[in-house]
Amino acid sequence: MNILETFRTGLEAVVTHRLRSSLTVLGIMIGITAVILTVGLGEGAQQQVSSDISALGSNLLTISPGSTTSSSGIRGGFGSASTLTAGDATALASKTVAPDIGAVAPTTSESETLVAGTTNWTTTVVGTNPSWLTVRGRSMTEGRFIAGHDLTTRADVVVLGSTTAEELFGVRDSIGQPVTVNGVTMTVIGVLNTVGSSGSSGSSTTADQDDQAIVPITTASTQLFGGTSRNTVGDILVQASSSSTLSAANQEATAELDSLHQITTPTDADFTITPETSLLSTATSVDKTLTVLLGGIAGISLLVGGIGVMNIMLVSVTERIREIGLRKALGATPRVIRRQFLVEASVLGLIGGVLGAGLGVLGARILPHFISDPITISLVATVGAIVVAIGIGVVFGVYPAGRAARLAPIDALRSE
Amino acid sequence: MTIPGSDDRYRSRDEDTAQVLLESTREHPAVSAAVIECAEVGKTYRNGTLEVEALQGVSFTIGTGEYVAIMGPSGSGKSTLMHILGCLDVPTSGTYRLAGEDVSAMSEEELAHVRNRRIGFVFQQFNLLATLSAWRNVELPLVYAGVDRATRRDRALAALDRVGLADRVEHRPGELSGGQQQRVAVARALVTDPALILADEPTGNLDSVSAGDVLALMDELHRSGRTIVLITHEPDVAAAAERTIRIKDGQLLGAEMAGSERGRP
Repeated sequence: MNILETFRTGLEAVVTHRLRSSLTVLGIMIGITAVILTVGLGEGAQQQVSSDISALGSNLLTISPGSTTSSSGIRGGFGSASTLTAGDATALASKTVAPDIGAVAPTTSESETLVAGTTNWTTTVVGTNPSWLTVRGRSMTEGRFIAGHDLTTRADVVVLGSTTAEELFGVRDSIGQPVTVNGVTMTVIGVLNTVGSSGSSGSSTTADQDDQAIVPITTASTQLFGGTSRNTVGDILVQASSSSTLSAANQEATAELDSLHQITTPTDADFTITPETSLLSTATSVDKTLTVLLGGIAGISLLVGGIGVMNIMLVSVTERIREIGLRKALGATPRVIRRQFLVEASVLGLIGGVLGAGLGVLGARILPHFISDPITISLVATVGAIVVAIGIGVVFGVYPAGRAARLAPIDALRSE
Repeated sequence: MTIPGSDDRYRSRDEDTAQVLLESTREHPAVSAAVIECAEVGKTYRNGTLEVEALQGVSFTIGTGEYVAIMGPSGSGKSTLMHILGCLDVPTSGTYRLAGEDVSAMSEEELAHVRNRRIGFVFQQFNLLATLSAWRNVELPLVYAGVDRATRRDRALAALDRVGLADRVEHRPGELSGGQQQRVAVARALVTDPALILADEPTGNLDSVSAGDVLALMDELHRSGRTIVLITHEPDVAAAAERTIRIKDGQLLGAEMAGSERGRP
C-alpha cells in the first residue's frame, strides 16, 4: 500500500467523523492562531517602538540631569532639580570642544495650560533653541520655527504641534493668533509637521510628538516657568554629526561635561547620557520578554490541542477495533495500520494548522482596527506554525497508532 | 446469476494451483494438491498460571477444490482452528501448511501477506466498513496487495457481478439487506483469487432465505473450482459441504464423506 493510498484512507476517516474531527481541529486551530497572533503582536510592537524612537531624531544623545547609579535608580545632583545649564549646552555646541557634535538643543519643559479665546488645552510647553528642529528631525507645515533672534529678544512667540493647533483653533488658521500661557500672551508663528500619533500603546517610552508647544528657551525660563534657576535646563539633546560619530560625540560630551562639572570619577557624574540606540534596545528587550511570555501561554494552548489529538485518536482506535481487525485480516500489516493512524493524526494537525494560520492572518488584519496595536505576521512564522501543527499531530498520534498496530486481528475481530 | 467461469483470472488461478500441486507432490508424494495440511496442530492458551488446551494433535488435509465443513459445538475449539487456518493466529505445536507454505512460524508481517494473497474471509458479522460503498469494500484486500486503482475497480466490479450485485456497487452496507451484505463479503473474499475461502458461520446472522442464497453461492463457487472451508455449528449448513470434519474438546472426531450421499450433480 503506497503512501498516497494511506493518505486517502486517513483523510476519509477524518471526513467520516466530521464532528469529532472538527472539534479536534478546533483545539489545534485555536493554539496556532494564538501563537501567530501573539508573536505577530510582539513583533509589531517591536517595530513600532523602533520607528517611534527613530522618529525622535537621528543620531541622538539625550543628556539628562542626575546620574544612574550602577544598581539602577537615579541620583539627583545636590541642591537643585537640574544640574545642567545653558552654559553646558553652549559649550557642547562649540566645534572646537566637540567636533563630532552636529547640533545641540537644550530643552526645558513644563506642562502648561494654553488659552486661545475660550478654548483651553493643557500640553507640554518646551523651551528650546532653533537647533531643536534638526535634532528632532522635524519640519514645519505652516509658518516658521523659532529663530535665533527670538531667543535674543525673548520674543513671545510659540510654535504648535499639529494636534495642539487643532485642539486650540480647530480648522481655523492658527498663524498670527494669540495664545495665553501663564498670563503671557504669545503669538503663534508656526505649526510643526505631523509625525503620526504614536498613540497610547507601544510607546510608553515617548510622549505624543504632535501635541506640544515650542517656545524660545529664553522666553520660557524668564517669563513662563517661574521658580527654577534661569540658567538651568532640563534635557540637552545632542545630535552627532553622523551615525558613525555617535560614540565619539558621546565621549566628547562626557569629557566636556565632566570638566565643566569638575567630576573626577565617573560614578560621581551628575548627568546621564543616553544614546538613542540604548533606548531602542531597552524597549525592544521589554517587548521581547512580553512576546516570549505570551508566546509561552499560546504554546501551552497548542500543547492542550495536541493532547486533544491524542485523546481523540485513542478514542478512534478503541471505536474502530473491528475495522482495524478486519483490515488486518484482509492483509494490512502492522506498519500499514500504524501509518494510517499517523496520517490521520497529522491530517488533523495539518487542517488545524492551515485553518489556524488563516485565522491568525485574518485576525492580524482585523484586530488592529480595534486595539490600535500593529500586528506583524511573517511568512516564516505562518509556515512554521503549520509545520508545528503537523508535528503535533504526528507526535501525539504515535502512541494511539502504535496501539492500533499492536492489536491482534482475532481479538479485534471478536470485539463487539 | 451469471458465472463468468472462463474469466482470465480464474485460468491464471488454475495455473497457480498447478504450481502448488507440483510443489506439494514433490514434498508429499502421498497427498495430491493439498490446500490445507495440518499435522499434529495444537494450541495452548496461557492465562496466567492456567493453561487451556484449545486444540490437541489435530491432523487433516483438505485438497484443492474441496468443499469442507468444520463442525462442532461452541467451546469445541473450532474458532481456534478457524483462526489458525485463517492465519490469524499461529499454532503452539505441530505444523500447518497453507498451499504448500509452512505458516506455523511466520511473523505477524508475513502472516498478513499470506492472509492477503491466499485467503478470502467471510465472517458471521459480515465485517463490512459502513462508510465505504460496496465496491470500495470489495477492493480493500487489493489495496493492501498494492494493486493500482483502475485494476482494483475492475476486479471489484467483476467480483460483485459474480455474486449478483452488479447493480448495487455504489450502495453502502447500510443500504443493503443482510443477505446482500454477506454477498458483498463473499465478493471481497473472491477478489484476490485466494487459494482458500474461509467462511466462519456465514449464515449465522441471516434469515433462512438469505442463508439459502449464500449457501447456493458457496455451492456455485465450489462447482467453479474453489476450495471452501465452512465453519459452523448447524448440521443443516454443514450438509451443504461435501465433507464434514467434526471437532469436539479440541480433538477431531473423524471425517465423513457427504458428497455422494447428497446426490450432487
